[in-house]
Amino acid sequence: MTSGGRGADWPRRMVRAISSLASPTAAARTATLPVAGDPRRTPTHAWGRRLLRALGRREVWQGIAGVAIVLAIWQIASSLRLPMFTFIPTPVQIGRSLVDVAQTRQYWQSWYVSGTRVFLGYAIGVGLGVPLGLAMGISRSFFGTAFPVIELLRPIPPLAWIPLSILFWPTIEQTVVSIIFLGAFFTVVINVLGGVEAIDVNYRRAALSMGARPWHIFWRVVLPATAPSIFTGMAVGMGLTWEIVVAAEMVASIQAGLGFMMWQSYVGGSIALIIVAMISIGLAGLICSSFIWALGRRATPWRRRV
Amino acid sequence: MTRGALRIENVGKVYDPEGAHVVAVEEVSLDIPSGEFCVVVGPSGCGKTTLLNIVAGFDDLTSGTIAMDGTLLAAPGKRLAPGADRMVVFQNGALFPWKTVLWNVICGPVLHGRLSRDEAEARARALLAQVGLVEVEGQYPGELSGGMKRRVEIVRALMNDPAVLLLDEPFRALDALTKGVMHECLLQLHDLAAKTVLFITHDLEEAIFLADRVVVMTTRPGRVKKVIEVDLPRPRDYLVLSTPRYLELKAEALEAIREEALKAFEAGERELA
Repeated sequence: MTSGGRGADWPRRMVRAISSLASPTAAARTATLPVAGDPRRTPTHAWGRRLLRALGRREVWQGIAGVAIVLAIWQIASSLRLPMFTFIPTPVQIGRSLVDVAQTRQYWQSWYVSGTRVFLGYAIGVGLGVPLGLAMGISRSFFGTAFPVIELLRPIPPLAWIPLSILFWPTIEQTVVSIIFLGAFFTVVINVLGGVEAIDVNYRRAALSMGARPWHIFWRVVLPATAPSIFTGMAVGMGLTWEIVVAAEMVASIQAGLGFMMWQSYVGGSIALIIVAMISIGLAGLICSSFIWALGRRATPWRRRV
Repeated sequence: MTRGALRIENVGKVYDPEGAHVVAVEEVSLDIPSGEFCVVVGPSGCGKTTLLNIVAGFDDLTSGTIAMDGTLLAAPGKRLAPGADRMVVFQNGALFPWKTVLWNVICGPVLHGRLSRDEAEARARALLAQVGLVEVEGQYPGELSGGMKRRVEIVRALMNDPAVLLLDEPFRALDALTKGVMHECLLQLHDLAAKTVLFITHDLEEAIFLADRVVVMTTRPGRVKKVIEVDLPRPRDYLVLSTPRYLELKAEALEAIREEALKAFEAGERELA
């Protein structure tokens, strides 16, 4: 890492620093220059040590400073009673209501319910999207058949499917999961397809020269070559699912979840709780995405993250 | 056992015969005896790479035949699938970035069951050491320099024990110094293994330094313009580059290729106009 590119690169390194908490090897790899293997092997399984090391890194403090500055401006603007801030609680008030609500079972129930919906829809979306994208990339005739359908359906926003889904699925729960599925599915398909199409033809040729059979080509060339795109698609898709679950919970009169909690707080006039719900959704998305990025880094160790 | 004798007879390749009808290669005949280092030079777009792709089995030809050791490799409407008997080293490199150097090098023989994993590893380490690569076997190709990658790739090709080694401008992207080192390294390997080599380049000095025979091709459509026997003694090192005989051969080749380069240049101008 040269000092020249530091300014523009900090958000990526920030994400890396955060997700390094979840993945010790990735942290070690990015923290050391690729000299010899030694520092990478240091066992660092203790959570506390990882946390300590993260706190020793500049990017983490830069990130914390950014959040703190925003909160400080907000706090000051609220206490000065600026016109737009009349109805907006201060960060301190929000913090208090977060502490209060965190002691209720209902709040964590909302996390659990939304999380389960996201997990189900997302897992099905990735589970179907990855094979479909691969198949479209490999077979020209399958591509010819499937691509027009995908491209016709893809521009339709997932939320536009809600009315039809309500009629189609027997339960509202299934409706919400199916909407989330759509968001993840199309993103993953398109990314995987693009990944397969971008494979250098010479990898295939080299494999053929070495006597590779079709299954070798698939498992040893196509799949690893596409892996980075698969994880990019998965990470982008993960972000979308949290956007969708909240909107779906607000639209499809459902009785639990973070989106429902937000809607209820709005109807009930509790502005602090609206913001608590918003922050919770942001956090949930961040945690899930970091997890996917960390998983991707682990699965594709050959990629240099400079 | 001698193998790797390539017989290329009246080979022609037309792209898009019904439509644009672009003649890439026309009536190319070449007889490459077993163990010869044959270098094909020509201006860009003269069909050198096309010729190599046809020999490798990546592309079809539209006329003529190619045979190796009496086996037909390609004829119109027919081609023998690519195989370990004709290994290719590509212009931009095709090491699998997701696998370590060692695995890249041994994957062919191991997956094919020609060698056990231990045998393959031992042979790979010996070959890697021979080209000056030690302690990189656990690294990923992305962590190596351009010159190192090229060496690994040549080793990977040799591990498959090809009858003929096909190199498509393998050193194009390297700086001049690295290139010089790579040339000597390749010559050493060739002196040891005595494989037939078909080497494609547009770099004349490289061609003469490496070759037993330099084949100069014309600009599109690619034909054989001139064949120059390079009678410089082997083993060669960089000192050869300043001998009168080398300079003589270079002048001869330069004259032949300059005309073609000019034609290619003018053709390019016409296409743009």
